[in-house]
Amino acid sequence: MDMQVAKKKLGLKERYALMTRDLGWDTTYQPMNKVFPQAEYEGIKIHDWSKWEDPFRLTMDAYWKYQAEKEKKLYAIIDAYAQNNGHLNVTDARYINAIKLFLNGISPLEYMAHRGFAGVGRQFPGVGTRVACLMQSLDEIRHSQTQIHAMSNYNKYYNGFHDYTTMIQRVWYLSVPRSFFDDAITAGPFEFMIAIGFSFEYVLTNLLFVPFVSGAAYNGDMGTMTFGFSAQSDEARHMTLGLECIKFMLEQDPANVPIVQRWIDKWAWRGYRVLTLVGMMMDYMLPKRVMSWKEAWEIYFEENGGALFNDLARYGIRPPKFLDQIAFDKDHISHQAWGTFYNYAAACNFHSWTPTDDEMDWLSAKYPNSFDKYYRPRLEHWREEAKKGNRFYNKTLPMLCQTCQIPMIFTEPGDPTKICYRESDYKGTKYHFCSDGCKDIFDHEPEKYIQSWLPVHQIYQGNCFNPGVDPTAPGFDALGAVLDYYNMAVGRDNLDFEGSEDQKNFEAWRGMATKNI
Amino acid sequence: MSTVFIALQTNDDTRPIIESIMADNPHARLNEAPAMVKIDAEGKLTVKRESIEERLGREFDLQELHINLISLSGNLDETDDELTLSWNS
Ligand SMILES: [Fe+2]
Ligand SMILES: [Fe+2]
Repeated sequence: MDMQVAKKKLGLKERYALMTRDLGWDTTYQPMNKVFPQAEYEGIKIHDWSKWEDPFRLTMDAYWKYQAEKEKKLYAIIDAYAQNNGHLNVTDARYINAIKLFLNGISPLEYMAHRGFAGVGRQFPGVGTRVACLMQSLDEIRHSQTQIHAMSNYNKYYNGFHDYTTMIQRVWYLSVPRSFFDDAITAGPFEFMIAIGFSFEYVLTNLLFVPFVSGAAYNGDMGTMTFGFSAQSDEARHMTLGLECIKFMLEQDPANVPIVQRWIDKWAWRGYRVLTLVGMMMDYMLPKRVMSWKEAWEIYFEENGGALFNDLARYGIRPPKFLDQIAFDKDHISHQAWGTFYNYAAACNFHSWTPTDDEMDWLSAKYPNSFDKYYRPRLEHWREEAKKGNRFYNKTLPMLCQTCQIPMIFTEPGDPTKICYRESDYKGTKYHFCSDGCKDIFDHEPEKYIQSWLPVHQIYQGNCFNPGVDPTAPGFDALGAVLDYYNMAVGRDNLDFEGSEDQKNFEAWRGMATKNI
Repeated sequence: MSTVFIALQTNDDTRPIIESIMADNPHARLNEAPAMVKIDAEGKLTVKRESIEERLGREFDLQELHINLISLSGNLDETDDELTLSWNS
């Protein structure tokens, strides 16, 4: 790139002051608290909005200039990748299932982030914060659009990409990421900033975008690499917004500290649970691995998050709750999640498989405390059974956690052989949780979480069949009817990778790409 | 002292930027990964416009960093001349 640097008449600080801070005014026809009706009800006290400043000091004109440059680069690469049949250069077709999970489970959240930041940007009385939220809102719609464009190329050739807008609303496992964002967007503006701006962006998105996207590059997927890094280039700004926002809230009034602390505890746990999916993608779904989930967790959560919480200690903030359990679980959650998706492969819009021998050895080396002892024997057993023609498909429906909506697959703190169950009674009804973390969140806001739309409950209540389906008809196939409702093609989108249409097509097309047939 | 970091894509635009950062921050460590680098530094890291301009042979606006930036950590401050990342503790 050869950018022209215009001679500036004003320095960065002056430009930021004039083109951002000076854009706001106090209303006179209506009182400010009527114009910004959500600014006070959460109990956060702000005395001086002008104390908030974007340390990047990015103004809207500069924003458009750099975003345009990013878009030009991104679409040049995406076009070249598509024109060149780049999808046939990925390591092997199993990899594409990680991208299915991304499009179905993550891209819709980008769109929700766009809505969320547009919403809270409208609600903050401070102009610096509003402009930064506006930029993030635009970034997030860019992320969802560029991801949809990049992955539409895969949709031309592979199964499971065809209807993510329906699936995010209906499919059992997709309620996990969806409910996470629904939870954030239905909170007040300050809680949303801690939930998404701080906990998710600052503490957790590095785990998704940095090692996973580097992994996409390593697996030959230039399309995903380019949208991933392009999105992540905005992320640096988002993380800065999240960190500035939390420091601003803590500096404005000591009464804000306990409120913020509770949100940090809640959203660190909520985000950590959602990231289980990413752990499984890194450990099981990338044919060529960059680093293990555990290593990524150590770098980006323990080291980087540790530095962050040391820094925030001066405000009286402590690290999130349940860190001991989180530290213990890093040896386990990715394996527990993959085991679950292997079980439920009949109800998924992506394929699963048992790892190859060299992949199992890699997992043993990366997880010396857990893999050979707890997870390898089970995977080898499944592989043996599959060889005999008994590929195991679990046909029962799992119990779900009322808070994170993940099936009850996680184990007791310190004991990976025992499933963890917790429960709370509220107004005469019993609610179930996967962990102390999720129970803690429910107990503080039961009126919110009793409204959870839990896919398994909804199936049993008959709410997940297409109109006109009669569940009382003789020989009724409940799973088939649910998959119809999900708009999943049985035998095509679901089941094991071995023998799938994707596997056969990829092999045939790759063959055609290297030979004259 | 805690570690701050900056992560950048690896391409023709970033080569002189990475070189400048490494030259200006002798305590920094360069970690290379597929398609990217992550530069870690104890306590503080500074990105200087002048050093980048020297290597690039043209004028450089530090905000151009946004194009190839992947991630960072630490408290940030940016002026016309430098961008710093630091932890207070
Ligand atoms: Fe995003
Ligand atoms: Fe849970």
